[in-house]
Amino acid sequence: MPGKLKVKIVAGRHLPVMDRASDLTDAFVEVKFGNTTFKTDVYPKSLNPQWNSEWFKFEVDDEELQDEPLQITVLDHDTYSANDAIGKVYIDIDPLLYSEAATVISGWFPIYDTIHGIRGEINVVVKVDLFNDLNRFRQSSCGVKFFCTTSIPKCYRAVVIHGFVEELVVNEDPEYQWIDRIRTPRASNEARQRLISLMSGELQRKIGLKVLEMRGNAVVGYLQCFDLEGESGLVVRAIGTACTLDKLSNTSAFLPACNSPSKEMKEIPFNEDPNPNTYSSGPSTPLKNQTYSFSPSKSYSRQSSSSDTDLSLTPKTGMGSGSAGKEGGPFKTLLRQQTQSALEQREFPFFTLTTFPPGFLVHVGGVVSARSVKLLDRIHNPDEPETRDAWWAEIRQEIKSHAKALGCHAVVGYSESTSICEEVCILSASGTAAVLNPRFLQDGTMEGCLEQRLSWQPGFFSIGSEKGEVDFFPQSQDSSSLLGIEEASPPGCGFCHIPYDELNMPFPAHLTYCYNCRKQKVPDVLFTTIDLPVEAVVVGKGCLIQARLCRLKKKAQAEANATSISNLLPFMEYEVHTQLMNKLKLRGMNALFGLRIQITVGENMLMGLASATGVYLAALPTPGGIQIAGKTPNDGTYEQHISHMQKKINDTIAKNKELYEINPPELPEEIIGSPIPEPRQRSRLLRSQSESSDEVTELDLSHGKKDAFVLEIDDTDAMEDVHSLLTDVPPPSGFYSCNTEIMPGINNWTPEIQMFTAVRVSRLSNINPTNQTLNKNFNDLCENLLKSLYFKLRSMVPCCLCHVNFTVALPEDELVQIAVTAVAITYDKNQALQANKAPTEKSQQRASTDNEEQLQFPLELSSDPLSSQPFSPAKEALEGASSHTGIPAAQRATSLEKASPLAEGYLRHRSVPSGTNSTVSVVKMTPLSFLPGAKITKYLGIINMFFIRETTSLREEGGVSGFLHAFIAEVFAMVRAHVAALGGNAVVSYIMKQCVFMENPNKNQAQCLINVSGDAVIFVRESELEVLPVQPPAAAPQPTGSAGDVTT
Amino acid sequence: MSSDLDVFVGNTTLIDEEVYRLWLDGHSVAEAVARRLRGGVLEREGTSVAVLQSDTRDHYRTFQMLERLLHAPPRLLQQLLFQIPPERQALLVQRYYAFDEALARELLGKKLSKGTKKELDEFDNFKRVFKAVEELRGPLAENIQQLFLLPPPLARDYAAIVFFANSRFETGKRRLQFLSFGDFAACAQSMMGHWSQGALAPEAAEPDGDLPKSFLQDLKELKVLVSDKDLLDQHKSLVCSALRGKISVYNELEANFKALSRALVNVGGKLTHARDVRDFFVDLVEKVIEPCRSDKWSLGDLRLFLTHYTAAPRNLPGFRHQALWERYMAAITACLLRMYHD
Repeated sequence: MPGKLKVKIVAGRHLPVMDRASDLTDAFVEVKFGNTTFKTDVYPKSLNPQWNSEWFKFEVDDEELQDEPLQITVLDHDTYSANDAIGKVYIDIDPLLYSEAATVISGWFPIYDTIHGIRGEINVVVKVDLFNDLNRFRQSSCGVKFFCTTSIPKCYRAVVIHGFVEELVVNEDPEYQWIDRIRTPRASNEARQRLISLMSGELQRKIGLKVLEMRGNAVVGYLQCFDLEGESGLVVRAIGTACTLDKLSNTSAFLPACNSPSKEMKEIPFNEDPNPNTYSSGPSTPLKNQTYSFSPSKSYSRQSSSSDTDLSLTPKTGMGSGSAGKEGGPFKTLLRQQTQSALEQREFPFFTLTTFPPGFLVHVGGVVSARSVKLLDRIHNPDEPETRDAWWAEIRQEIKSHAKALGCHAVVGYSESTSICEEVCILSASGTAAVLNPRFLQDGTMEGCLEQRLSWQPGFFSIGSEKGEVDFFPQSQDSSSLLGIEEASPPGCGFCHIPYDELNMPFPAHLTYCYNCRKQKVPDVLFTTIDLPVEAVVVGKGCLIQARLCRLKKKAQAEANATSISNLLPFMEYEVHTQLMNKLKLRGMNALFGLRIQITVGENMLMGLASATGVYLAALPTPGGIQIAGKTPNDGTYEQHISHMQKKINDTIAKNKELYEINPPELPEEIIGSPIPEPRQRSRLLRSQSESSDEVTELDLSHGKKDAFVLEIDDTDAMEDVHSLLTDVPPPSGFYSCNTEIMPGINNWTPEIQMFTAVRVSRLSNINPTNQTLNKNFNDLCENLLKSLYFKLRSMVPCCLCHVNFTVALPEDELVQIAVTAVAITYDKNQALQANKAPTEKSQQRASTDNEEQLQFPLELSSDPLSSQPFSPAKEALEGASSHTGIPAAQRATSLEKASPLAEGYLRHRSVPSGTNSTVSVVKMTPLSFLPGAKITKYLGIINMFFIRETTSLREEGGVSGFLHAFIAEVFAMVRAHVAALGGNAVVSYIMKQCVFMENPNKNQAQCLINVSGDAVIFVRESELEVLPVQPPAAAPQPTGSAGDVTT
Repeated sequence: MSSDLDVFVGNTTLIDEEVYRLWLDGHSVAEAVARRLRGGVLEREGTSVAVLQSDTRDHYRTFQMLERLLHAPPRLLQQLLFQIPPERQALLVQRYYAFDEALARELLGKKLSKGTKKELDEFDNFKRVFKAVEELRGPLAENIQQLFLLPPPLARDYAAIVFFANSRFETGKRRLQFLSFGDFAACAQSMMGHWSQGALAPEAAEPDGDLPKSFLQDLKELKVLVSDKDLLDQHKSLVCSALRGKISVYNELEANFKALSRALVNVGGKLTHARDVRDFFVDLVEKVIEPCRSDKWSLGDLRLFLTHYTAAPRNLPGFRHQALWERYMAAITACLLRMYHD
């Protein structure tokens, strides 16, 4: 019995009128936890009752504390008939279960009813007294912290990143139980909400146990999803990355920089010194490695036909590691073995993180993905969800083998998703194959030398020291041998170098020497699911790129349906890939980050939507243009048409280069080296599998680059495709957009943010739809939606839409639903202009540095920092994320002295959340892991909420739009209220994971389910930090009691 | 491909001032879109009509959801559903309760308790404010300001409307047409300021909207100034001797003094009878303003006359109501001076 939950019901306000006669309400409250229920007195005849109850105390074990939500029901007392429910509040008390999060939940919560929406508010105070329980074999995992954020949370450092954790629990869906036929919609909705809340709690507890087993203390990149499988049940599943995190204590963060080398070893993680990074200083191991995109070896297994793919890939795996000896010499082999031993203990070396401590990511191999079509059947025994487990295990196995085929041992930026239609389910998993630095992954051996002092703050210009710095110096002599195998990859381009063997490539790719270091091979294009690494050197700005696709499918049942879907998938993937490639070239860019491909299944069609952020990586070659070629070269008018199209394409490319400021430095040809001839490569990328493709490539001249990308127009479909390429309208001036955390090329954010959700449902009204008309409709739908967003947010210009997240659903035959959640962030235009030049300068400069003998470099670091440091700290601050990390380590060291005072001010903690002066405290919401111009001082716990809303008076509530508009606003309000009650003032890494909307206009009914999550935090404005007088950090008040401030 | 469902919800509620104005003016979505198009937004932003329609509908839905809260502005501040910065909240309320003075002028003095008027939002606002403060004690304008979070000038205008509705003054007669809403609002303020109980004791038992009965009753005592022939003569000679050579219309004053004085005193004496109360402004115009105007009194003449006319009774032997007299005349003077124009 290790816990006591205490609840006090203070007051209500703005209650609805429940008694028509008196226009008043006789309200009382039921407080339920587990099987125990308490009641307050009836507060008669008031819409603003003051209950001021005693403390209701629940004595429970911590397993129950983790699983159960606190359920508060507000009722209207009725002497003669049954009491009427006004509404409920579910409070997840998990944040109270670990010491570093919230200590009290106190505030006004909206009273929510699934039929009527928000009906007044109730003021509640919740506390938990936990008794220490030393039982090692307990079933609870209290104390394990959960973060939705897919990077190491600010104010923590990662001691060890253990790896993948997953779990799923299943149950019958109350909506489909027999009892549902006799109970009210309200009762059914509430049963569902409660069940999902319970299941989430259980899932989180189980994942927590796994983390404890791994000796971790936190889950980062926690992603929990619901599969509403209808008749076959309800699945709640979650994945995450287990870590051992250390809270950065205030004291250590304030230690002055210390320069004695011996001391530095220990103190570096805590001081303000931007550490020298050894990845730019190790011996020059000629590691020739890196990337292409997309693993072409995806397989689509239906039902249970999966393991064969594994077999087919095994040889390539062997090849990957075999190449190491040949290519990289003994160092590389050693590294591989190291990494391997660290990773192969794990079943799945996957990481849900998308942003990493510098040095963690050594090489990136490209996107790996796997999909599988399954037929759902009833889950017979909820306690043994083996089928679903087996399905996912299968997919993960496939991902793992794809990664191996790319010469990688790990998968980063990993995520899983499903699409369900009737009894067919597509399971999808994707990630980025990568080679990781083993030292983050091992417990013990390297402890203390890989301390990430602070996780980096992406996006806005922070002081150099604010970014997570990694101490790569080994602490002891034993580990110094490891330094020997440390890769020499320069930070700005190392991750681009191919990890696989260039002579035995797993797929055809066009390799050149890295344009940055010119030592190792890089692919011509790089696709990834992760965020742009901070250290990456980019040219110009990035932009959102989407591929959109519809494919008709015959209506079919069961097996036949699954088969036809399986057959369509490879074609869809292929076309999505082609579209992405074309659109990337059209923008003159060479890499995609944050790639997310969603395939949605409907009754009679499949839809594919891929979103990513295109960028020009300085390390990769300049992309050639797009060359179109006609099939019938003798027809004069046709040729005229073709040349007209060609001109349009060329114009678009030129325009885009200007728009995104892509002016890569011209490099002398001889440095680059000649491209490796790879004639077959182009035919793969051609739209049609035409035999003539090789000759076609010879024809290109117009674009001046020999590796122009050829589009062959052999039929009207192809023509349509080319047209559709050109229909993407660039954002209006002053707008940029991306789907990643940070916008490449913009780094001077100003604090104004606007998070929003937009939902559209459109009817595809064609009587005889074709793939082409559907594609056009779908494309228009997405483009119009984007246009609409730009218009809505026009007052924020100049601004950038970040983390633009599209989700597509096919709720009914002809209906397409698109939901977008993103955040608009303003930036300072003038500073942006200044910073533009930086990456280019730097890439050139670093290139020269890297060409020097790198073995000597570490010694120079400590004794002779580069005196020709061209960047003042102030300027450096302006340059921000992407450019900043391009600065060689030695230069950073020199800028330390000047940078630190500012950094100190920046780090100062303050407990009072801003915005408490107004009646309702302001709560910011953002899908990003940071707030521009602010510092997150505390994580208060995870927010994971599931709501159902239903109406039987759809017209009266303003139709479908009125209904959903109100519901989304209510969800936001409930999230904000919970965050405020925890004492927080923002939600970061906010995501709307599900928005299932169903309507029946004939019956005047509609229902919607929404699932959202995020991390509740306290942030402090940088400007506030700077004006505060310096105070000893030890005395800095902990924001424990701040909830009181919020709940005025 | 038509969009059945189309919503945009920001964590901070977007408020477009232009669309809000169109909504307040009662335009339909289609009309609002047409007006926005005429405003040239398409050219400025390079967007499409469909985008404009979608945007307008979003705003209209938001306003419709907000309207319930705007009916009780303090709830707008406490509610959790819409996150709106305080200055935007103030703007929403202020614009919502702003009214057309011409319409308000028309409605002045009419009954607000019954929904007899056509479905006008502004009329609804008057009714809502009227109902909310009807029974409240204390200064009317302050009550309104607190309950509806209006800026002080707007709250004072609403107070005037409530005051007129309570007392049911006649304002619609043709000879009163030259008076604007502003004139009447100023008069109402002066009357409440000088005559209401709140003006004397803030803890008064009666609402400011009603003139205190005891005060009105006391006004009858002032009739002695015109009914007692001696007093009337002495009053006249005091005023005339003080003004001789100082005003341009001395002769006219001398000729009309008794009629003017009778009118000024009797207006007050009639205030106890509801039917006579209605004629307050009519009487002032008919019996004071019009005669003066036809005699070409300047505003300065009138001011000077009223000052001395009010002060003189102090020196009348046997007149014991000087305090009451001055309280009465303070409002009357303010009203007359405000109303004395073409």
